[in-house]
Amino acid sequence: MATAHSPTTTTTTKATQSAQEDTAAAPDTVPAVDVAGAAPVRHPLRWLSVLVLAVLAAQLGHFLVTNPNFEWSTVGGYFGAQVIGEGIATTIELTVVAMLIGIVGGVLVAVGRMSENRVLSAVCGAYVWFFRGIPVLVQLVFWYNLSALLPRISFGVPFGPEFIGGQTNSLITPLLAAILGLGLNEAAYMAEIVRGGLLGVDQGQTEAAAALGMGRARILRRVVLPQAMRFIVPPTGSQVINMMKATSLVSVIALADLLYTVQSIYNRTFETIPLLIVACLWYLVMTSVLYVGQSFIERYYARGATRNAPQGFWDFAFFRRRAAPFPAARERSTPSTPEKETR
Amino acid sequence: MIKDALATDAPADPVDPATAGPPLVVAHDVHKRFGHLEVLRGIDLEVRAGEVVVLLGPSGSGKSTFLRCINHLEQIDAGSIHVGGRLIGYRRSGSRVHHLRPREVTRQRRDIGMVFQHFNLFPHLTVLSNVMEAPVGVLRTPKAEARETALALLERVGLSDKASAYPRQLSGGQQQRVAIARALAMRPELMLFDEPTSALDPELVGEVLATMRDLARDGLTMLVVTHEIGFAKEVADRVVFMDGGRVLESGTPREVLDHPTHERTRAFLGRFL
Repeated sequence: MATAHSPTTTTTTKATQSAQEDTAAAPDTVPAVDVAGAAPVRHPLRWLSVLVLAVLAAQLGHFLVTNPNFEWSTVGGYFGAQVIGEGIATTIELTVVAMLIGIVGGVLVAVGRMSENRVLSAVCGAYVWFFRGIPVLVQLVFWYNLSALLPRISFGVPFGPEFIGGQTNSLITPLLAAILGLGLNEAAYMAEIVRGGLLGVDQGQTEAAAALGMGRARILRRVVLPQAMRFIVPPTGSQVINMMKATSLVSVIALADLLYTVQSIYNRTFETIPLLIVACLWYLVMTSVLYVGQSFIERYYARGATRNAPQGFWDFAFFRRRAAPFPAARERSTPSTPEKETR
Repeated sequence: MIKDALATDAPADPVDPATAGPPLVVAHDVHKRFGHLEVLRGIDLEVRAGEVVVLLGPSGSGKSTFLRCINHLEQIDAGSIHVGGRLIGYRRSGSRVHHLRPREVTRQRRDIGMVFQHFNLFPHLTVLSNVMEAPVGVLRTPKAEARETALALLERVGLSDKASAYPRQLSGGQQQRVAIARALAMRPELMLFDEPTSALDPELVGEVLATMRDLARDGLTMLVVTHEIGFAKEVADRVVFMDGGRVLESGTPREVLDHPTHERTRAFLGRFL
């Protein structure tokens, strides 16, 4: 496109240059120039980089199609298989439950950490320090092997009679170990995100609400948290996506998530690469869905944050856009171009 | 509203202490320290029901701090503040005084409205929801009723067409008028105004002062911290001049503003001429 246009643009710029030199002689008047339809700056390096990328993409495409080790037919065969579906279900279930524990726990720990009660605040701080300080993989293995430390778990009066109890081995299933490991770890990270969000809300909001006679719990729920959400939601979205990928760690404790499922198949059939590709594709599908969902939620919590009229939920659910800010400017540029060419 | 008839008889005249209501606010020897800085050094002040009292003074004189002590946003260190006969923030039992529980402090604040310098509207709620939030959430007023009251209040401050707007879409003056409507929705017996026009562009100050003048005419008890001498002159029943955490003089606008007895008052007012 640029090569086709370049001869005409160079001639016009030369013409305008000479026109400017003529008028420069008369200093009192300003030359009549209309910048609408001005020739754009050309970027030869951009075109070079596009060319390089196109060659690399062609190479990649060639590699994907011609390398027989991908076994695309095997990928296609397993992609919709029921076993894979069950693995995906486990992955999603784990993501949702662990994230719920993380969010609820995170809010509690964050509020506790900001409490005026120094002991509670210190304990919550210690929680964050402890669970963020140990790799989540180590935590998972630890929960899985809890029975070695604590053969029996029971609930009852401290140092007194117990109401209910059982063998740790039968209580802590791989699923429960995974949920505890991922959820408690996540709560520590979420606590910091929530705390940052709560601190981001202006103190005047709390004062105004207090002056209206609202109690502390109500102020938090109705005034501070909804505003903190604007700071909390974007990083939480990233946390959900990270969590979804982190669930693959549970394959080390023999929980049949997506990764463990494909591993157990290729350990039997040796179709390692095609099955890993199946896993990759499904992880990409799931994270893509999460990215889209995240942008919806972010826009919802941004309401009232800008001077523009807010959009309702269905407006942004269907990507309905408001009118462009300066429609007049765009209309002007089109009729002025032919005028320039006649010059 | 109770004073409606009275107010129309003599709208701008100072309230005669003999005919005015009983003291609604009684502050006695109020002290407040921030660390080593003593901000209030023994404030004595009475505000009668229906009275409009303007607190004047240079910045740092403790006006705003004193106002914030009245609804216990700041805790006083010594002395006492009573509003409507209730001791604010504390409870007396026999010869001992106890701190109130947060829940009880919250309860006391219901009857005291406050308007802030920076409006502090809830930006995530529409104008209407801002006004309805406390009546519905705190007083458990049925939504339909709260909505009706809120719309009436918005009309009163001249913003009924902005009910569904969000605060950030409004000008500063409009936001402050919404903040006034929000405070009035709790039907307070006392309204505190903490420099309500200081954050506004000069051309927006008038609309907020007009709204406040309107409330004063309706007989609302108001305690106003402001630098608007004109407003004090026109609307106040009493002007109190503070400096260095003390009340230096107090009296009708004519006494304090036109014939100040104190050198500090004269120096302060001289800057506005």
